[in-house]
Amino acid sequence: MKKFVSGMLAAVMALSLAACSGNNSSDTSSAQDSQASTSEGASQATIKLGGIGPTTGGNAQYGNAVKNGEQLAVDEINAAAGYTVFELKFEDDESDPETALNAYNALKDWGMQVLVGPVTSDPSLNVASECVNDNMFMLTPSASAEDVALTGSNIFQMCFTDPNQGVVSANYIADNNLGTKIGIIYDSSDPYSTGIYTAFMAQAQELGLNIVVSDASFTADNKSDLSTQVTKCQEAGADLVFLPIYYNEASQVLIAADRIGYEPTFFGCDGMDGILGVEGFDTSLADGLMMLCPFSAFGDDETTTTFVSAYKAAYNDETPNQFAADAYDCVYAIYQALQDGAISPDMSSSEMCDALTTAFTSMTFNGTTGEGQTWDENGMISKEPKVYIIESGAYVLAD
Amino acid sequence: MPLTRLKNMKKSTKSKIITYGIVIVFYLVVQILSGAGLTSSSFEGQLVPICAYVVLAVSLNLTVGFLGELSLGHAGFMSAGAFSGVLVWTVLNQNAPTWLAVLLAFIVGGCVAGLFGFLIGIPVLRLSGDYLAIVTLAFGEIIKNVINACYLGYDSKGIHFSLKDAASMGLEADGTTLINGAMGITRIKTVSTFTIGIVLVLLSLFVIINLINSRAGRAITAIRDNEIAAQSVGINLTKYKLMAFVTSAVFAGLAGVLYGLNYSSLVARRFDYNTSIQILVFVVLGGMGNLRGSIIAAALLTVLPEMLRGLDDYRMLIYAVVLIVMMIFNQSPQMIAWRKRIAERFKGFRKSDAKKKEVA
Amino acid sequence: MQFLSYLISGISLGSVYALIALGYTMVYGIAKMLNFAHGDIIMIGSYVIFFAFGSFGWNPIVAVLFSMVVCLILGIVIERVAYRPLRDAPSLAVLITAIGVSYLLQQVAQLLWTSNTKSFTSVVGLQKVTLFDGQLTISGETIVTILVCIVIMVFLTLFVNHTVPGHAMLAVSEDRGAAQLMGVNVNATISLTFAIGSALAAVAGALLCSTYPSLSPTTGAMPGIKAFVAAVFGGIGSIPGAFIGGILLGVIENLSKAYISTQLSDAIVFAVLIVVLLVKPTGLLGKKVNVKV
Repeated sequence: MKKFVSGMLAAVMALSLAACSGNNSSDTSSAQDSQASTSEGASQATIKLGGIGPTTGGNAQYGNAVKNGEQLAVDEINAAAGYTVFELKFEDDESDPETALNAYNALKDWGMQVLVGPVTSDPSLNVASECVNDNMFMLTPSASAEDVALTGSNIFQMCFTDPNQGVVSANYIADNNLGTKIGIIYDSSDPYSTGIYTAFMAQAQELGLNIVVSDASFTADNKSDLSTQVTKCQEAGADLVFLPIYYNEASQVLIAADRIGYEPTFFGCDGMDGILGVEGFDTSLADGLMMLCPFSAFGDDETTTTFVSAYKAAYNDETPNQFAADAYDCVYAIYQALQDGAISPDMSSSEMCDALTTAFTSMTFNGTTGEGQTWDENGMISKEPKVYIIESGAYVLAD
Repeated sequence: MPLTRLKNMKKSTKSKIITYGIVIVFYLVVQILSGAGLTSSSFEGQLVPICAYVVLAVSLNLTVGFLGELSLGHAGFMSAGAFSGVLVWTVLNQNAPTWLAVLLAFIVGGCVAGLFGFLIGIPVLRLSGDYLAIVTLAFGEIIKNVINACYLGYDSKGIHFSLKDAASMGLEADGTTLINGAMGITRIKTVSTFTIGIVLVLLSLFVIINLINSRAGRAITAIRDNEIAAQSVGINLTKYKLMAFVTSAVFAGLAGVLYGLNYSSLVARRFDYNTSIQILVFVVLGGMGNLRGSIIAAALLTVLPEMLRGLDDYRMLIYAVVLIVMMIFNQSPQMIAWRKRIAERFKGFRKSDAKKKEVA
Repeated sequence: MQFLSYLISGISLGSVYALIALGYTMVYGIAKMLNFAHGDIIMIGSYVIFFAFGSFGWNPIVAVLFSMVVCLILGIVIERVAYRPLRDAPSLAVLITAIGVSYLLQQVAQLLWTSNTKSFTSVVGLQKVTLFDGQLTISGETIVTILVCIVIMVFLTLFVNHTVPGHAMLAVSEDRGAAQLMGVNVNATISLTFAIGSALAAVAGALLCSTYPSLSPTTGAMPGIKAFVAAVFGGIGSIPGAFIGGILLGVIENLSKAYISTQLSDAIVFAVLIVVLLVKPTGLLGKKVNVKV
């Protein structure tokens, strides 16, 4: 019987191998087709954008926000141009470095010319080094670890780097005397959170901020109960709690603080954006919460309002967060390069990579996450950081 | 002449040759196809992980299938091997020839994992069944949590280490961070190749097949079949249990090194209990005590989620359904009986066919 | 005072673990299988309550009862479809199938309710209690969880020891074949066990998410594993053992978060587990099984 089963498995495997190679040959022929069609009408040809992010598993909410933002931008651009300018294929990586590389390879087989992803940091590190090897342009909407951009000259970020956010937050807190005793709650198992934490601590020490709690971290495994960490801050008498964490853990922190009657000022970073959209969350608890974030869905400039209303219309009235906004901007930034004539659809991914690398380091981009965004030669973005305060369920720009 | 020799061969030898043969043929086919440019990058990208998972499945089969003890911490040994091996590689790769650095990385990774296996094995093997399973799971999670909180670096003053955060490591400005907590090891120069992977697969098969067919191997399976009876005929339980457990850990560590050297970043949370369970799935699905089954199941189940990419959001849903259905099809007594009936009817047909021909 | 407040939050966490562990231990004790999907049934139950109570505004008790019925049916269906065909297969085969079911439930939840985290509105109406001039606050959720946990433990113990179906369960757990010969309907008994275990999961879900109000398709996974550890800690198969194991696990976890390291709290919990099992190889209250030749 065992023989029968293993024989069967072997047969399936052989088939799968054949299928894999079969796929490939059809891919190359389709690539030839598209090349043939581009020679006929260069202006009407399509650029293949690849996206990678977690659409299943624990981080799926972030990946899906990015996927939605990218898809919305692609649909808008195509509709406005009257032909398919961009074709987007978004692959799941479960936020796992190994799967991310598989997703990248699958996209390469599909004929991807530009990569708009991945979403989270460790997958991005793996994929970035492959992109450097293949000379593939990579623009990540949300992988904010400094090492991602430093992997190579063709790796660009749409979001602030983690150290940047930590330093800016510390400066802002010091300049505005927001807290005399500062507590920090962060996720020690998450690169994003630890990245901000490390830079914040270093800057705080330089500025002479009084940090009273720095050991109240949590990990992905023990985050169901955050009350101990909140109690720690309360016991130490912290009047400002810095939360360089994502919004759903932050909502737990706010609820836990409310239950023990603890009311310090809470200060978060861009991962906090989205807290008002958590279904079932009592948004009055977030009143007075401050956050450093490039994007506000309550903004009244035209780019933002168009984006927010289009996003709500497309995705069940969901309010977009900065993940979606950064992703949306990524596609538009590439579109800007296309309109400037820096790239054309008939370029190979490698030619496109060189062209985009030059274009991005010299261009200025206006999007939903800020005006006048520029990139340095490392691929890190420079845009104006904004601090918002939540007041009665809306973001208000702090001065 | 060679054909009759093949017929007269011992059954176990024949089985051995078939097992090695599958691996070698697979290697050659892939090499030929990729040489002809017929393989997709998606498939090529999975070759090294497939080799790593095959080694993991084969080595776990030694513990689960032949020793009969359930281990849910195999990813812990993989993690220990991967981190120590990659550390050796990052430190040595500038100063030593590549082949030497890689070799040392594998040796150190295997030894460290083996050492862990030995240290854990001495106390733990007193337990059995689900209690052993939970302790191995606990061990894997401990390794993950400790490495996740571990900061290691060096500068002119020596090696610095902290379990709290990067700042308390006290590294000088020009120091080098080796392990950066949750970020793990980054910017690893990748060196793993399919050839190294296949060599490792063959090595693990060679060692484990020979171990099983040796006197020690017979002692190990005797312990599985009846521990008390084995003890009563004078088999040293601790010795043989440890032998199987440590061998299994060493190969898990080697697979970890292969895996670690294949990616530019290495994080500890990749090796959590889900990974241990994934490896266990390979072993159970392939058949406990069936090495060839482990190889095929590991390769197949690694490729399967990638083949399902076309299904988008339903990908992991289908994977789960396939897993359940395959388990029931493979293991349910009723299904096994049903499959036997079908197979016999099929054989019956062939026999009657043959008879008809004779008559004709 | 500080210590007391950490201790109470530890007991609170522990009683949630204990509640989940009771379900694990029931199923293990009788069906002799590790139901890895238990944590995910909790997650499904929590979603049912979230919509019934949070969105449709049902009475919280009705919502919890409704969720218990849904989970009960789900438990029976899973047992019938995925586990019963493997009743006589090696125990590992069922373990893997249970893992498959766990993946399946998570994926279904994601497709039905998206991956966005939902903030769970507490179903507990009890106000928080403040002691020692406000230095110590005990939330209503904590009090209710501990009480419910004790009530369920007592109820289960009485049920198993003093009713006919309970005796049938004991018989099946002792010796399945012999029980069948004595006229016990083994299939029905195991179905009943799954039904009770899954209904308990709904209660556990209600209290888990009321105390720690974050609900997503992966909510059940980690508490599920921790509760499994708690069940083994107390001696798997033993009902009071699951309770003690759960409470101890929660207390150790929270005290090590408070006084040693938040990053290593899990490592410490697991290390304590290993030490306990080395001293008492069948857990705190587990039965020593003598193997006869």
